[in-house]
Amino acid sequence: MSRLPALEIQGEGFFAKTHEIAVDGVPALAALLQSGHASGGVGKPIASVLEPAERRRAPISVALALHVAAEACAAAGADPKSLPAVFASTHGDLGITEYMCEVMATAPRDLSPTKFHNSVHNAAAGYWTIGTGSMHAATALSAFDCTFAAGLLEAAAQAIDGNEPVLLVCYDIEGSGALGEITGSVGLVGYATVLAPCIAQSPAARAALTLSRQSGAANPVPAPTPLAPFRANAMWDAVVFAAARLQPTVPGRRGGLLLPLTPDSSLKVEWT
Amino acid sequence: MQALPVTAFTATTALGHGNAAQWSALSNQRSGLAPNDFTDEPLATHIGCVADLDTPLDGHFAEYDCRNNRLAERALAADGFADAVAGACARYGADRVALAVGTSTASIGETEDGYRDLDENGHFRPDRRRPIVHTPHSLGRFVAERLGLGGPQTTIATACSSSAKVFAQAARLIRLDLADAVVVGGVDSLCASVLFGFNALGLVAPEPCQPFDRARAGISIGEAGGFALVERGGAGPQLSGYGESSDAHHMSSPHPEGLGARIAIESALARAGLTASDIGHANLHGTATPANDSVEAALVASMFPATLAAASTKSATGHTLGAAGIIEAVFALLALERSVAIGTIGLTDPDPLCGPQIRAANEARPFNHVLSTSFGFGGNNAALVFSRAGAT
Repeated sequence: MSRLPALEIQGEGFFAKTHEIAVDGVPALAALLQSGHASGGVGKPIASVLEPAERRRAPISVALALHVAAEACAAAGADPKSLPAVFASTHGDLGITEYMCEVMATAPRDLSPTKFHNSVHNAAAGYWTIGTGSMHAATALSAFDCTFAAGLLEAAAQAIDGNEPVLLVCYDIEGSGALGEITGSVGLVGYATVLAPCIAQSPAARAALTLSRQSGAANPVPAPTPLAPFRANAMWDAVVFAAARLQPTVPGRRGGLLLPLTPDSSLKVEWT
Repeated sequence: MQALPVTAFTATTALGHGNAAQWSALSNQRSGLAPNDFTDEPLATHIGCVADLDTPLDGHFAEYDCRNNRLAERALAADGFADAVAGACARYGADRVALAVGTSTASIGETEDGYRDLDENGHFRPDRRRPIVHTPHSLGRFVAERLGLGGPQTTIATACSSSAKVFAQAARLIRLDLADAVVVGGVDSLCASVLFGFNALGLVAPEPCQPFDRARAGISIGEAGGFALVERGGAGPQLSGYGESSDAHHMSSPHPEGLGARIAIESALARAGLTASDIGHANLHGTATPANDSVEAALVASMFPATLAAASTKSATGHTLGAAGIIEAVFALLALERSVAIGTIGLTDPDPLCGPQIRAANEARPFNHVLSTSFGFGGNNAALVFSRAGAT
């Protein structure tokens, strides 16, 4: 199976929340893994790159995505305007999808034009480029229950092919109503990283990884108990990845992490 | 870039099923638009509807059944496309054949139907509880399974640029040796959200759309399915360049100077090692909204010589949204193959911003390189260049 050249993680962002617990930022995730306790605070994702009026009106999926994207860029010391971006979400904004279907079933002419243009899967990508002024390429993808690995692979491919850093932003939110029952995603999970081709001797080289494909479906990865509340979110694989990178003793880190990439194959992540 | 052969391609639209039906309509300047009879609630507009999508997917694929996937099934059955893919799987191994498809609707029509028919407790009825259709990757997962593909599979959903961007993704997968062949394409189907959504934005025309015309009044929405096979080697016209960019301007209006669009086109030309004057024909985005067509007409007039024969085919098929990229790529490939620059149906009084490039009539003339542009909500831009084999 082909193995991509090594990549480095230049910076990351993280936000996760359920009714029980909120984790805002990579340091808070690290603290949770160390101590078993969340550092408190109800935390709300904020799309800081948007103008105040847009920020207030931003759908929750957009706020979540832009919140972690901003943290990743700041941690990387990267200018958001300089980065191509890959946005990955299993279901997109479930709340807006539900709204549209409810309105179509009752009063189609009442459909809000703003909610309609926010219903596109690339809404977060669009708002990010508008808020940061970036004219670089942005994509928005889904691969159902393999979305995180598919997004990671696409961002890696763009970084290596373009020989430049690329921003990856992964997020899923909670559904409600009939659609929420079907999709089953609980809480909010957002994870972002600035990925670049690995430069040997660079200070970030300690956060280097290689990706390769492996046949066979990935078995579910056991994860530390403090993260259990997030297992029911559709972007759980991102939580596993973020935690595995932070904690060498987390099961699955040694020997690499296997993430579902397709129904019959996995993406193997090895830290170098 | 190293050009990659497009060894098979097919389109199914309101013009009919498969490439021969497309070309018959396009070469005779026959539109597939008709008055809207799709929505239960009346909406006075014209649509591009694909006929005969009433046969449900059954057996193993029953869980994927929805209009969008039926249209995908229909599109795959044309022009021996599924057989061409089977050949690639046999040659390279199924795990070396990847998938990148675009959509904006996915199967939301099926979710809408679920909400129209909730049980007394507000839940989906049992036969509608199929998670794989109530999610964006419905199309991608169905097509990958239907074709027996084992390589990486993704759905790109960037509104109207979706099924153009998939060509860029395919090129990267092949260059990085993650795949030897990639099935690219896109399918979008008519549904109430899209018709009423664009209507709420004031972007829908009551009469058949008139791209680049002074009298244009908005879009006609269409549905379509199309696919192409991009390979590491083989015979056929070539994907010689692509460009992707963002407008960084507004969610539903284009950058007023077309800056993002210009970047995408220039990037595609650069990758192809070409200049603007090498392009003989362009299939433009040309949605017939006042804003898009003003910006695009002015951009084309400033970037290209008068000899370019450019047009929009959206008055033939309607704006097929997430499928527009692939459909118009197929039209560009058909034009290249047959040495006819397709014109713009319904263009009678060009907007003053149009330069000599924008044509109403078809023109028989040989050319080696063709451009296709697709610009989506969120300011998401893509441009593709296809070339005759051996011309780059």
